[in-house]
Parts: sequence; C-alpha cells; structure tokens
Amino acid sequence: MSTLTALARAQARAEGRAQPIATVRHLHLHARPFVFIPYAMAGEANAPLAALAGTGPDDPRLLVVAQPRNRDDRFAFAAELAGLLLPYVDSFTAVAEAVAVDRGRDVRYRYVDAPQLWVPNTGGVDFIRLFGRSTRFRTTEGEYAVPAGVPLLGRWLTFFAGSAEVPGSSLLLNAVQALSSHWATGQSSAEDAQLAALMAWLRPPPGRSVLEAAAAAEDPAVTPPAGPATDPSFDNHVLAPLLSVAEPDVAELSEVLRAQLLPTWRLMWQALDLLGTLPPGARVASRWDGDRDAFSAFAQHVAEGGPPQPRRDGAVAAAARLSRLEAAATRYAVQRAFDDPLVMAEHRLAGAAFAAEVTLAKADRIDDSGKRPVLRPRIMVVTSEPVRVEPGAALTSPARPGQKATVVSVTRLDGTKTEVLLELSGGMGRKLVAEPGSVPEVGERILLTTLSEAYRPGGAFPEPDQTPWTHGGPPAPAALPE
Amino acid sequence: MTPALDRLRGGAPAKRHNARTIAALTANPGCTRRAVLDAAGIDKPKLAQHIGFPGNFGQSRFALARGNGFEAMLKADDCALLLSVLRDALGLDTPEVSYDDLGEDADDTLRARHGRTRKLLAAAAGAALIDHPLLTLDVAGRQVFLEPDLIAFQVEGRLHVVEIKSFAIVDGQADSAKVSAAAVQAAVYVLALRRLLAELGHDPSLVSHDAVLVCPRDFSLQPTAVLVDVRKQLSTLTRQLKRLASVSDVAEALPQSVSFDLSLPPADLIASLRHVEARYAPECLSACELAVHCRHEAAGTTAALGRPVRDALGGVDTVEEALALAAGARTPTEEQVEAAALLQAAARLRAEVLGS
Ligand code: SF4
Repeated sequence: MSTLTALARAQARAEGRAQPIATVRHLHLHARPFVFIPYAMAGEANAPLAALAGTGPDDPRLLVVAQPRNRDDRFAFAAELAGLLLPYVDSFTAVAEAVAVDRGRDVRYRYVDAPQLWVPNTGGVDFIRLFGRSTRFRTTEGEYAVPAGVPLLGRWLTFFAGSAEVPGSSLLLNAVQALSSHWATGQSSAEDAQLAALMAWLRPPPGRSVLEAAAAAEDPAVTPPAGPATDPSFDNHVLAPLLSVAEPDVAELSEVLRAQLLPTWRLMWQALDLLGTLPPGARVASRWDGDRDAFSAFAQHVAEGGPPQPRRDGAVAAAARLSRLEAAATRYAVQRAFDDPLVMAEHRLAGAAFAAEVTLAKADRIDDSGKRPVLRPRIMVVTSEPVRVEPGAALTSPARPGQKATVVSVTRLDGTKTEVLLELSGGMGRKLVAEPGSVPEVGERILLTTLSEAYRPGGAFPEPDQTPWTHGGPPAPAALPE
Repeated sequence: MTPALDRLRGGAPAKRHNARTIAALTANPGCTRRAVLDAAGIDKPKLAQHIGFPGNFGQSRFALARGNGFEAMLKADDCALLLSVLRDALGLDTPEVSYDDLGEDADDTLRARHGRTRKLLAAAAGAALIDHPLLTLDVAGRQVFLEPDLIAFQVEGRLHVVEIKSFAIVDGQADSAKVSAAAVQAAVYVLALRRLLAELGHDPSLVSHDAVLVCPRDFSLQPTAVLVDVRKQLSTLTRQLKRLASVSDVAEALPQSVSFDLSLPPADLIASLRHVEARYAPECLSACELAVHCRHEAAGTTAALGRPVRDALGGVDTVEEALALAAGARTPTEEQVEAAALLQAAARLRAEVLGS
C-alpha cells in the first residue's frame, strides 16, 4: 500500500467518511451492464442456490434452484441463466466496425460494443469461473444431456472469468474492487470486502452515520451477505426447514431467497451510480477497445465452432498468458498514472515522477552533429520535489505523451531545489520548426516521469509443436527398433 | 496446567482443544491475550457473547452434512473407497491392508482409546489404516486429546496423516485458504504423532511431513488424494506451542483481580481483558472469537486499518498521531523523523491534487 492511500484511510477514519484515491474513473462503465449476484449452496462444490440477474435496477430476475442437491434442478438453473445471459451477449454482435491492422495493409472487424458483467465481489468472479468450468464440457445429447444453451453459457462464463484476470479489462468487474480502487474507507480491506460495509462508508443510508451503517452492514440478520456464501444462520433456520422435504415449496423458497439477495441488488446499482459520478480517465476508452477486440475474437471463435477452453492451459499457453497479464498490469499501472494526477502523486512520492517549472526553453535548437540536422529543443526545469534520475534517463510528460525528454544534467541548487536540463525529441511535428505548443514554454508547470507508455515487446514463445515434451509439447519420437 | 492459569477460569471446566483450535493458535502468534485465554482453556465464544461482542463463527448445516456424508462414504466397508484412493496417492501396493477402528468419540473412553492407539502404533509393521486414533499433545502444560481423521501406514513403515476434507479440488486446484487451513491441522497431527513415536522409542521422522489430503474431485463426490508438504506449518506450530508453554509466567504476573470467570459481570470481564495485552489485526476477524471486542478496543489505531496501512504510515501507532505528523502539527520523535517527512510529503501531494 502506498503512503498516499494509507493516509487517505487515516483521513477517512478521522473524518468519518470515505476519501478519494482517484480523480477519474479507471474503468469503462457500461450503459447497459448485466448485474449478477449468485448464491451458492454451502458445502457443495460451487452448486448454485439462487441468483438475481438483470440489466436494469428495476428488473431483477430471480433464479432459484428448487433442490440444490438435484443435478437436473442445477442444470435447469444454468439453462435459465443461459436464457438471460446469452441473448444479452448476442445483442452486441449486430454491428461491427473495421479496424486497420498491419499499418493499414489489412483490416479486421470488431463489434462496436461489448457486454459487461458485474458481480459483488471476487467470490462472485470465482463462482463464474467454476460455474463455467462445470457447464462448458457438458453435452446436450445422450444419457447425461443438459439443456441446450448450458455448454455455451459455460464457455462465455469462462471467457468472462478469464478476462477478469487481465488488469484494466472491464468485461467482468466486481463492485468491491471497483469501488475500493477509487475510494479509501476508514476501515481495513478485510471489512471493505463486504460490499455492504464498503457502501456504508461511501453512501450511508439517510439518517445514519458511517459507523452505524458499517455496524449494521456486518450483522447478517440485518444485512444479508452479498454471496456467493450464504449466512449460516439463514441456512440453518430458514433454508434447512424448507429444503428438508423432497419437493420444496418453490414459491416460498423464492420469497426468502429474494429477500436475501435484494439488498445486495440495490447496493450494486448504487455502486454503479457512484462510479458514474467520476469522469472517465482519458485512456479508459482505448482499454475498452481492447476489451471489444477480445470479445469480438471470442464471439468469432464460438461462431466458427471452436472447441471449449481447455481444463488447464498447456505450458506454452500458460507462459504466454502470464506474459500477457504482466504486460497488461504494467500498461494499466502506467495508464492510470498518466490519466490521474492523484495516482501520479504516488509515483511523485516514490521519486519516479516530479512536478517542475520551466525556467528556460530553446524551442528551435537543431542538432546537426549527425548525418541530417534534427530538431532537438532543450528546456531547463526547476523543482523542489526529490529528483531521482540520472543524466541519460528518458522522461515523459503525461501532457505530451508522444515526446521524450532526455536528462542532460541534474544540478542541486540548494537544500530544496533541483535544476534539470532536458533535451526533447518527438511529438513536435515533422519539420525542423516545432509545432506551436509542442515545446513547453517558460513559466509552464509540467510533470515529468520515468514511467513510459512506450510499447515493450513481450517474450517470444515457441509454437506447441516446437516445445519439448517436458513442457507439454509433443512426445519425442520413439526410437526405431534396430 | 498451572494454578495461575486455572484460577483465571473461575469454576468453569477448561475448554477442550482440538486440531482446529490448536491450528487457530498459529493465526495471531504475537497476541498475548489470545495465548493466555487459550492456555487457560477459556470459552472465548461465550466470553465474547457475554461481554456484548458476539462473533460470527456459525457453520452451515449443509456444509457439515456434506462433510460427514463424504467421510462416511470413504469409510464405508472398512474404508474400501479411501484405500483405493490412498493406494494411488501413496503408492501402496500391498493387497492386504489391515483396518482398525478405535471407536467413536466419547469423553469417558479417551484414555482407553489413546492407550490402544499407542499399542497399535508400537506394533504396526505392515500397511495399516487406523481410524479414530487418539493422540495427545501438550498445550501450555495441559494434555490435549486429538483425533485425526485417520492415520495411514505405508509399507516401508512411513506414517502418513490422512485428512478428509469436503471442499472440492477442481482441475488440481482448490481454494488456497482452505488448503492451508487443512495443512495446519494436519501439521498438528503430524507433530502429535511424532512426539508419540519418540516416546515409544521410535524415530519420529518416520512420520512423513507429507500429509495426505482427501477431497472430492471436481464437481462430483469422487474422492481424490493429494500430498501436502506441511513442514512450514510444523515449524510455526512448534514455535507457538513453545511460546504457550511460557504463558503461565504471564498468567502468574497478572493481578489477582484479573479473572475470566463467566459468572462475573461484563464490565469486570472487559476490565480483566484490558490487563492482558492484545495485538489486534483485521486477520483476527476470521481467526479469533474475540475479534469484535478487540477491534472495538483498537479503534483509532493504525493497526486496526491493517498491517499494510500501518507500515505505509511508517509504523505510527494511532490515526490521530499519523495525521498530526502529516500536518506538521506534532514534533516527531527520533524514530519518527523519516516517517513524518514522508507523511508530510504525502499530505502535501494529496492537498495539491485535490485542491483542498
Ligand atoms: S482477536 Fe484479540 S485476542 Fe484474538 S488474536 Fe486478535 S487481538 Fe488477540
């Protein structure tokens, strides 16, 4: 945890209300999200019990498993969920746009919009992953046939669960994480993990203080849990008597489960509202483009009759995936900092960025020591923040992300101030005269950082057939008998 | 148990430990309060309830039922199913494996069962399964009876502890929190078994540090077995038990007025608790029945916000102090100078960006 975020928590505690740790929203917020709140049967391996699902706050659809220990009832639940989710997903495959690839030599198509799922917490993401796993290999024929739509549901759920692992992806989001990456509460992250306790700090019910609301949020008798785990005393005193008969009364079951799930349903939409009060970060749209790419590619894979995702990735696929996730994590961290001065402040505190004032600028400086003269303006900046860069280091300013500022010299002026001489390249047009505004002017305050958005190529991985068998490749050919 | 610890309980009998409660001892090893209460065998859930801070440690009937059902299935017909899983996991290849069931749980037969366990262990040469064995472990000078789900013997005479759990292993992966909880419990049995073997004059290292975890596979009730290395858990456990052994000194040093006799009024009990130092952390919420009370007591400390927050605030104790240092309204002590500078820089940055 950064000192800035920790300080925000301390301030929240002292002031009795949540404090911002972001000035913009770092995720894409869909106009028509699919909210899903699953409840699982205690003790079973991810057996569904009930769920609320839907795309509008006033239209929650309740799904209930009549007898959670009964296989057919569980798959009926899956079929019902498929009946809601698959049409939602399909609704985004109507309109595609052409995207130039390979420097304009080719085009590919992607859908202009993509689905977005919301669950309350990471447990909800795990539920989706496991439910996807338990349904995607099922067959709709033969002795163990499941209803049509169930295996396809499993593949989509698996797709969403996989995308939730990609930092910065907005295809499947969980409210707890989304909220707590934008606001700090005055309690610990263990308490924040309960959506109701988190929302108590962000939006206490009218007439209640934050601490009163947080206390009420922790009492399962007052505030049912956001799932997938149920409240044990609800299980023992309400559910168990209802399920003790061979054919439980579905109407009654539905009623008690709806009552358990509805408070979380309301909190989910409040959470979305709250996130909507923040303006989106400048780079959120480009990450959503990436999400639309991933969605389009998977939709195409499904349409072409591709196989369901394997139980586990092979060694090469796993390594490639890990490397993609790492790259995404780095990119997301940098983009968040570039989009949000409050996130960048963390890097300033850590010495990876500093704010400075331009004191000298030579915008028309030409370097003609090479074969061809090139435009290389120099600027001098002064800062009172700690500067931990050496000559030769390449810096970037979020206001001019396409421009590189190479450190020429660093001079400590006195106890508090530092002077840094920088040479600029890029982002000034193609001529030997810089485009207006492309070179910082004297008096301008700019931010400089060692973080860079520059593309870093990932590792190269061998094709499966080039992989040694120890890493999941083909077996070595058996020696021929002499 | 020493008289000083016994005294703390008033007239109540000591609460019985089991592998789960012993495993829980490792959750917050730095906490003296917990060590004293556990060593004295105080009923912490009752205590918490009585002083008005009940915890939330209920268990769903459905989970219990499934656990029992799974175990019963494995153990049916002299452990036929279990044995077939263990054969694969441990590489047992003897066709004949003896099976001894030492009988069900009953307080009055504990000693007898322990005696028979000792005898069986002393004698066992071939592959064998011992069900409902009874082991003992010294916790704070008190002998605690423990019941592993089962002990399996391997042919080479190496003993393995078998833990039956009802959480699923899906595609070779399980909930890591559940696996580590199971590993700590298995470590408790491994330790008890090693001590018993040493007492019997055998080599304690005959007990493998690889415990066998038997769980349902994927989404079925089909069992699968995996080996779990519990070496790390063993050393944590040994350390904590050693610490508990010295807890009677702490108890002796407590004023005579300190008592956790549950017949006392809540205010007295709360006052008594204050005499025994706690070390609250948010992790307590899922590990110790007293957590809600300790959290209340720790309100306003940086530790209550979580270890990472406390560390990021430079280890300053209270929220108030951290904010005062950040605002420059308080002169830092010598150790706080660095933390104070960082906090001030952080406060300046937040104010600059948020325009406040
Ligand atoms: S809840 Fe209290 S007694 Fe229990 S471990 Fe935490 S601080 Fe110690």
